[in-house]
Amino acid sequence: MIVPLSDAVAEHVHDGDVVALEGFTHLIPSAAGHELIRQERRDLTLVRMTPDVVYDQLIGMGCARKLVFSWGGNPGVGSLHRLRDAVENGWPQPLELEEHSHAGMAAAYAAGAANLPFGVLRGYRGGDLPARTRVATVVCPFTGEELAAVPAHRPDVGVIHAQQADRHGNVQLWGIAGVQKETVLASKRSIVTVEEIVDELEPRPNAVVLPSWVVSAVCVAPRGAHPSYAAGYYDRDNEFYVAWDPVSRDRETFLAWMQRHVLDTADVDGYHASLVAEETTAA
Amino acid sequence: MSVNGDRPYTADEMMAVEASRRLADDNVCFVGIGLPSLAANLARRTHAPGCTLVYESGTIGSKPVRLPLSIGDGELADTADAVVSVPEMFAYWLQGRRIDVGFLGAAQIDRHGNLNSTVIGSYDAPSVRLPGGGGAPEIALGVDDVFVMLRQSKRTFVGELDFTTSLGDNVRVVVTDLGILEPRDGELTLTAVHPGATADEARAATGWDLRVADDLAETEPPTEGELTALRALETKGRS
Repeated sequence: MIVPLSDAVAEHVHDGDVVALEGFTHLIPSAAGHELIRQERRDLTLVRMTPDVVYDQLIGMGCARKLVFSWGGNPGVGSLHRLRDAVENGWPQPLELEEHSHAGMAAAYAAGAANLPFGVLRGYRGGDLPARTRVATVVCPFTGEELAAVPAHRPDVGVIHAQQADRHGNVQLWGIAGVQKETVLASKRSIVTVEEIVDELEPRPNAVVLPSWVVSAVCVAPRGAHPSYAAGYYDRDNEFYVAWDPVSRDRETFLAWMQRHVLDTADVDGYHASLVAEETTAA
Repeated sequence: MSVNGDRPYTADEMMAVEASRRLADDNVCFVGIGLPSLAANLARRTHAPGCTLVYESGTIGSKPVRLPLSIGDGELADTADAVVSVPEMFAYWLQGRRIDVGFLGAAQIDRHGNLNSTVIGSYDAPSVRLPGGGGAPEIALGVDDVFVMLRQSKRTFVGELDFTTSLGDNVRVVVTDLGILEPRDGELTLTAVHPGATADEARAATGWDLRVADDLAETEPPTEGELTALRALETKGRS
């Protein structure tokens, strides 16, 4: 149940899988994304409402065949240059897009968690998106109203980051909870990285608790959400998001960065040590 | 940074101040990141302290001291009245019509207030792949009043959108760095210019034949209080 992250990825994530690494600004499972890159997973269909830096890294390192998403940018900064390069120039390989709105993605996850074939919402009305994505119209059997239907998300693997688990593998996360509970419950298998293992989970208002029996693996990854944050542990590294822009603009600079901080490091501790080393060199 | 003659404020500051004035004290406002967030937080610090700010990350009633860089900064949750999941935000609160104003930005706008935040060029082979619609398609139709903030140029104010991401049905006002556009007879019409800007400048920065209202007004320049509050927000946000 509680296993090293490298073992969890080796066992549960296979080439060609549909993988959702979720986190809505908060608790983004970056360490797990880095492990997918180290283990050279290929042909993944990556699902996420808000692909940001870690998806830029996965796409730029050639892990993804397809992206299912609703907003792909560097929040408050601008573009994801690796995502753009893949879509605009097919580098390092073409990337198929399945694009939704946030409301549609959220409904698709909720439907998956509820074991329903589709989610229903008032959305996708007008505009050019409906012709470009998987959406259909259903008629309400009671009122006759036409509503949008989106196919449920049922990822092979759901990956999230949480603050804590106990020794039995029960998980607790709090703060902005995004769509992580739905992601785990919609997925066939799931990996949860946590800041730490505690003897007992302390009840907290608004917390999301996932009992161990809905989770495939729990892995300790301290500061594993960086450059995102974990409420109660560390803040969002806003400077990193700003600094990512020039790193990701250039293919060679990006590859060198990934080599140094991800491929040449063994785990999340090594990743952070390499960032500190870079700061020391720069200073 | 826009040049603004010898006025003691920039064109972007004028835009943020004018947009903030559109928010009322009893509004519940869905806030996007960037300029909309700056304007909404300014409103809360000046004339509309009771205004409720809702961010799509699930924070309701956020009262940030620092301007957030993302829609999910910790401070938005720490200062919120309630934090809900993302499916709940879009289903119960937006679709449930509990939010009355939405502030949107975009890469392109047309004369009907339709917005593009998806691609420049064709969808299959875009010259620029933009981030995408995010919450915008449902926000645009799920609130009563949509306010748009966008710097005005022929690149942004276009005759035909490259892609229609969200519909302009509920767009009530577009605040630019040159002035104000409002729908009249089904078409965005220049109804005011900022001090120092002219209707000709606005026409030259619009990719369609821009209608100008007969009763074209001039917006009030930022007050000292507005500028002080705005700059305090920006300084804190960048520290």
